[in-house]
Amino acid sequence: MSARLTMKEAARIPDALVSGHRLCAGCAHPIVGRMIMKAAAGRPTVVTNATGCLEVATTIFPFTSWDVPWLHVAFENVAANASGIEAAWKAQRRKGRGPLAKYERLNVIAYAGDGGTYDIGFQALSGALERGHDFTYVLMDNEAYMNTGIQRSGGTPLGASTTTSPAGHVIAGKTEWKKPIMDIVVAHEVPYAASLNPAWPQDVLDKCRKAFDTVGPKFLHAIIPCTRGWRYETSDTIAVAKLATQTCIFPLFEVERVEGRPVWRLSGPSASIVKRPETKRPVADYLEGQGRFRHLFRPKRNEEVLKAIQDGVDLRWQQLVAKCG
Amino acid sequence: MSKQRTWKELPKGAVSYRSSRDYKTGDWGVDAPRIDHAKCVKCNLCHMLCPEGCIAVGEDGSPEPNLDYCKGCGICAKECPVKAIEMVRK
Amino acid sequence: MRQGVPREGDRDGEEVMVKQTLMGLNGNEASAYATKQVNPDVVAAYPITPQTIIVERFSEYVADGLVDTEFVAVESEHSAMSCSVGASAAGARAFTATAANGLALMWEVLYIASSLRLPIVMAVANRALSGPINIHNDHSDAMGARDSGWIQIFCEDAQEVYDASVTAWRVAEHAKVQLPVMVCMDGFTLSHTMENVMTLPDEDVKRFVGEREFVTVEGHLGETELRLNPDAPLTMGPLDLQDFYFEHKLHQVEALKDALKAIRDVDREWAKLSGRRYDYAEPYMMGDAEVAVIGMGSAMGTVRHVVDELREEGVKAGMIKLRLFRPFPAAEVKKAVGEVPVLGVMEKCISFGAPASPLMEEMMTAYYHDEEKPMMANYVVGLGGRDVSPAMIKEIYRSLLKAKKAGKVTKTMSYIGARGE
Repeated sequence: MSARLTMKEAARIPDALVSGHRLCAGCAHPIVGRMIMKAAAGRPTVVTNATGCLEVATTIFPFTSWDVPWLHVAFENVAANASGIEAAWKAQRRKGRGPLAKYERLNVIAYAGDGGTYDIGFQALSGALERGHDFTYVLMDNEAYMNTGIQRSGGTPLGASTTTSPAGHVIAGKTEWKKPIMDIVVAHEVPYAASLNPAWPQDVLDKCRKAFDTVGPKFLHAIIPCTRGWRYETSDTIAVAKLATQTCIFPLFEVERVEGRPVWRLSGPSASIVKRPETKRPVADYLEGQGRFRHLFRPKRNEEVLKAIQDGVDLRWQQLVAKCG
Repeated sequence: MSKQRTWKELPKGAVSYRSSRDYKTGDWGVDAPRIDHAKCVKCNLCHMLCPEGCIAVGEDGSPEPNLDYCKGCGICAKECPVKAIEMVRK
Repeated sequence: MRQGVPREGDRDGEEVMVKQTLMGLNGNEASAYATKQVNPDVVAAYPITPQTIIVERFSEYVADGLVDTEFVAVESEHSAMSCSVGASAAGARAFTATAANGLALMWEVLYIASSLRLPIVMAVANRALSGPINIHNDHSDAMGARDSGWIQIFCEDAQEVYDASVTAWRVAEHAKVQLPVMVCMDGFTLSHTMENVMTLPDEDVKRFVGEREFVTVEGHLGETELRLNPDAPLTMGPLDLQDFYFEHKLHQVEALKDALKAIRDVDREWAKLSGRRYDYAEPYMMGDAEVAVIGMGSAMGTVRHVVDELREEGVKAGMIKLRLFRPFPAAEVKKAVGEVPVLGVMEKCISFGAPASPLMEEMMTAYYHDEEKPMMANYVVGLGGRDVSPAMIKEIYRSLLKAKKAGKVTKTMSYIGARGE
């Protein structure tokens, strides 16, 4: 498991998230999901999945797209479900008896969307992290309650138009900043946390492998562009994801706990922006291509909100760079 | 629509009894990818980025799209680093 | 032998199969002790009065290395049940305990647990549902969960709590059942009152519960055990559209129907081992009874005492203690009720806006189509821990005798013990 999984090797690994699911054409969920499952392959794996796009569209009865053991319970409790699975495994290892006793290592993976993580699933996540369960929590962040029709969540970015934070004559979309979920998770003193972007598949594979090789609670934050909710052409999913990192709206980094201290480290694409700041792209490059931000550009530019977004991104980018030393 | 099972014929615990491999989503797509294997450098990126996982990698490393599942999203064509893929109306 | 008033069916003085130890335990301790002997894989723990002692005591067993259990101190009751679901789905034995609003908080997960056919065992120390907030005993919490697909057993004393806390595992895991089980005990009255409890040796409990066995189901990759198995993947908890939900619910109907026989089989096996026999409905002095009361929980002990007093006064009184509420054992109830002409249905719950309280609704529905049925009247008592005194129970019997004399029930619902009623 510690040897690097290359893309060529990954391409030879059969998918555990198989074709025939009913996610939208161009949806980033299965792009990232397939990568994660390839990284998990080779070790016994159990997946638990919160209610949301990924769960719904991959398990419409009687069909299922999951060739790994998979459990869905409810919306807000995936971290608690994962805690139970992990505890069952630990107990049976200790007893030396029971169906899970034979597995020396077990990948327990919890998938949840932004709704199931920032909002309704927040409590269960915090509890599971505090208790230190050996599992990997994957936040599949498409920045709104997409499965129920694009409602705003704590993960929706400033200025985005959603059905419960619509761009109107008086208010221009969501008025609150995206909840700083990585800071919150790292504050729980977890051994490993990282952000993932499907535009950099090798980076995704590397971070997943690192997570699965770490003991304790791991947190992976994946940006999941949504062609329907963000409103762009289906073929642009990866291009949009790339811009998110190139504008420093979604930086790529990892946080490892070393001798009790969090060590923050920028990943390739974000690290190179520090080295060559002229490559940092303005947020407008990212926002302009998405229908959910259209109101910031047409009928005329909303300079106030655009500036607020740019300033906010710059502030958080600077804070992150400072943490990365 | 095929005849559906009665309640006694369904598995206990409401577990799924069919793989989605049986559900061909290929009819969702209006366009399909056409690959120019002369240009293709076998980087496997199209395989990695396909949301359907329906671009298989052949023995020699070349991509083989499976139109049974392709929804025609066009990501493979857009992201191919050597522009070896073109989306063509079916 | 049971402590207290000897009852029909008691095997007083008979030699029992296994040598047992007399311990002084309250209901909570009995539950914790039995669970310790079962040694489940996972206990999900969250405190709420009046069950907290169960998880506290269990955590002591864990801290002293007396169990192999993974003790998960979850951050809410919703997570307690969610954690139990995850563990049970993964093929482990999972236990949790709660009361009142804790049960209410995990409400959605209860339904999911039973639909996933998970043999979770949960102790519920029955307590009034808020609001206003009240930490004392009544049955509103468990009644609120009566449609969740769980098996519900109501214990009368700490001995029953101990016994049910062991047999629940065999009931839950029975091949024809595969459902979660709720072991109910009256909050404070039972949970906190020390009684004599005969306990079995550890090895006998372990042998009785054995190892958890699984049913086989048809998954998408073949037939396999119903659990999360890395070597044989299953999808548990898929999305049903309009074309399958109804059919899946009928599975649960069948399981609860099958449970009516399965629970009896387990009880019989326990009777051989412990010498204590349990029926779904336990009649007392019903042979020639002219007036009777049926109910659940610890108050039935008081009712039995009142029956003895009334008998001394020349009243042919009887009573029935109902132990199993879900599935509702209509046949056994009717057998126990027999031919008594008038029956009081006494319970600690109101179903707001309904024509009667839960147990009364079950009783009347069970009898509706029968030619022969007793006259029935509903008596709500003891809400929010209001003491149910012998005087109040006598009042119930007097009211029933009046109805018997009049030949009909004029007051279908009475609230006994509430000021102003």
